[in-house]
Amino acid sequence: MRKSILPALLVAFGALAFAQSNVIKIATVSPLSGEQAALGEMIKLGAQLAVEEAQPEFEKLGFRLELAPQDDQANPDVGVAVARRLVTDPDVLAVVGHLNTGVAIPSSEVYKDYQLPMVSPANTGPAVTDRCYLNIDRLVGRDDVQGPAGAEFAVKTLGAKRIFVVHDKTTYGQGVAEQFKIKAEELGAKVVAFVGTEEKSNFQALILQMKASRPDFVYFGGIYNQGAVLLKQMRERGIKATFMGPDGLDSSKFVEIAGDAAKGAYYTTVAGPIDQYPKAKAMAEKFKQRFGKVPESFAIYGYDSANVVIAALKSFIEQAKRKPTRAELSMLIRQTQISGVTGDVAFDYKGDRKTADYFVVHLAEAKYPGEVAKVISFPAPASVCKSIR
Amino acid sequence: MFEVLISLLPSVLLEGLILGFVYAMIALGYTMVYGVLELINFAHSEIFMSGAVAGAETFILLKGTIANPYLLLLVAIIIGGAVAAFVSVSVERLAYRPLRKRGTTNRLVPLITAIGASFFLQDLVRLIEGLWNNAFYRRYPTFDAFERTYNLPVWLGDIVIILSLFTFFFAIVYLIYWVGVRLARAKQKRPTRNTLYALSGLSILFTVLFSLKYREVLTTDMGLSIQMKSLLVIVVSLAMLFGLNWLVNKTKLGVAIRAVAQDAQTASLMGINPDVIISRTFLIGGFLGGVAGVLFGLLYTLVHPYVGFIPGIKAFTAAVLGGIGNITGAAVGGLVLGMLEMLGGTYLTFLTNGAMGTEYKDILAFVILILILLFRPQGILGQQVGEKV
Repeated sequence: MRKSILPALLVAFGALAFAQSNVIKIATVSPLSGEQAALGEMIKLGAQLAVEEAQPEFEKLGFRLELAPQDDQANPDVGVAVARRLVTDPDVLAVVGHLNTGVAIPSSEVYKDYQLPMVSPANTGPAVTDRCYLNIDRLVGRDDVQGPAGAEFAVKTLGAKRIFVVHDKTTYGQGVAEQFKIKAEELGAKVVAFVGTEEKSNFQALILQMKASRPDFVYFGGIYNQGAVLLKQMRERGIKATFMGPDGLDSSKFVEIAGDAAKGAYYTTVAGPIDQYPKAKAMAEKFKQRFGKVPESFAIYGYDSANVVIAALKSFIEQAKRKPTRAELSMLIRQTQISGVTGDVAFDYKGDRKTADYFVVHLAEAKYPGEVAKVISFPAPASVCKSIR
Repeated sequence: MFEVLISLLPSVLLEGLILGFVYAMIALGYTMVYGVLELINFAHSEIFMSGAVAGAETFILLKGTIANPYLLLLVAIIIGGAVAAFVSVSVERLAYRPLRKRGTTNRLVPLITAIGASFFLQDLVRLIEGLWNNAFYRRYPTFDAFERTYNLPVWLGDIVIILSLFTFFFAIVYLIYWVGVRLARAKQKRPTRNTLYALSGLSILFTVLFSLKYREVLTTDMGLSIQMKSLLVIVVSLAMLFGLNWLVNKTKLGVAIRAVAQDAQTASLMGINPDVIISRTFLIGGFLGGVAGVLFGLLYTLVHPYVGFIPGIKAFTAAVLGGIGNITGAAVGGLVLGMLEMLGGTYLTFLTNGAMGTEYKDILAFVILILILLFRPQGILGQQVGEKV
């Protein structure tokens, strides 16, 4: 008997899959557990707010819009597994995610095979869009601009001469640190060391090296959970060099962990403090009301990413009176222009945002968020499409 | 270059000492359980973590109530230790004892159970912390009393350098002698006392000559300093080590533990209940793990449900290196591993001219570990014991 049930079930599921359901799911994929959950949750909540705002309108059009939050644990293997699960759900029409470039790249290879649109609110690695996939777009700036922007500020404005570069050996951290190094050397500073470390609690060996090479500036390419501890231990051991890092440090947790040591630190970020976005004020209040938290780092980008998808969906449904296929939606998202809370959103031929903002933030006091020391609007570089596989 | 290597040495050894004591504290728990049950309790890293997290919560809750930091630390140590002891006893009661009662003879079964318990505890703590605080990164508050730095006198650094030089020369001289004896196929393989005196004298001569020649370089003072919290780690771990040795060797409970370790069946004929004794062993081991967790958190600030993994693995290694089952051996193993790690982490970069950075520190430490175990498979202080009958 058991044998005869299985094909029947398969047919039933197949029928379900091909039937036009009126549910549209937008998935968010970001770390919701593990060490980077604080950043990942902001992406999810930002997108959730956008989806909840749009739900009544889709109700009127006869569709139910849903958010499908997924956890990639900041782990490439988990990210790919989640991606494979998402592509099999026909109701999932778009993905907002990921947080980590190292996770986004292998996962997006899966999305590409199914033409599932992915709008990235946080991936700054150049390779995310340099592959020129039609279904991959991003709202934030790129590391090959973020690193150099930091280096320019460090050498020209702060006068750094001997720079000690540390990175966390991930695609993101090492990538941005390398770009920083190239630009800093070009500007005439001496990079006295370039080291990677996966250490999380005890940085003494690294700090002893700093004692020996006497840097006046330390650049850390990585995420706050490492960076804050490193900074704290540096100050405990009397290393006074100025500290700077990329947007991985952009979290209230950075200041919380480093404590007083955070005073005087700099970070560059592609998502500035919320008060840098005049249009985000109303959204920030709504966010706080809904979730009881202040939107941080990538929350507003998660919000805008979801809104780009929603705008594309809406315009398609209004014209065609049906759900778009994934490929149709991908094409449409690339052409969509909206005026989001992070400014005007429009994509270039590879899926990069046409003009992205880069912020240099100074923590004058040990308090998050810091003050913006400099804002640089920078057009996406016109790089040649290349495959990284 | 050479100047840098030498002048850093006292600080490197001091940091290695502190790290070594941290490993030693955790290693005590592994070695105790192994001594009694011949079980590698992989859940010990999570018992350690639960103590660290409980300590953080205590600090955060009672910071306003108890003004004296030392009293607060004492309370945190007791609560952290108690929570860890409770977790440890529960793991034994719920996971290991049922397996023992079923008479499982396969050693792999409890081992796999330990790994499972480890994962379970990680996510249990994550769940509890998530529900309670909506975040699972807990930061130890900083107190001026613990952060205070004491400068150590210059002559202490000089003594350390002299002693290290002596050890270095002695190792080389002894190695040459060892090879020479084997090449000459002499009958007397172990060195006599007079030979040892001669070798030491030769090393002292080398040390004196070397010190006189490089006097200028050797007195370069990099500033040797230690923080109060590091001192606390050293004091508490020494107290733990001596206390445990006293408990095992001098008390009735210790006699019972040793009896069960030797032969549980015969011990039970003598009126000892092995289950009770095993439970007590887990209680003590868990308490020590919890205390280690609180001090770890105080030292390195940041704790979270996954914080136990790396220190746990290192401490397990230390226990094996020192001779698993041997309490003093665990401390010796911890110190050796800590020193090796710090030496490798600091010097590899300089010795390889930047080709191998701090990230390779574990390679050096573990290569030496393998070498030591090749020549002494039972560990540094371990004794070769026959298979139990």
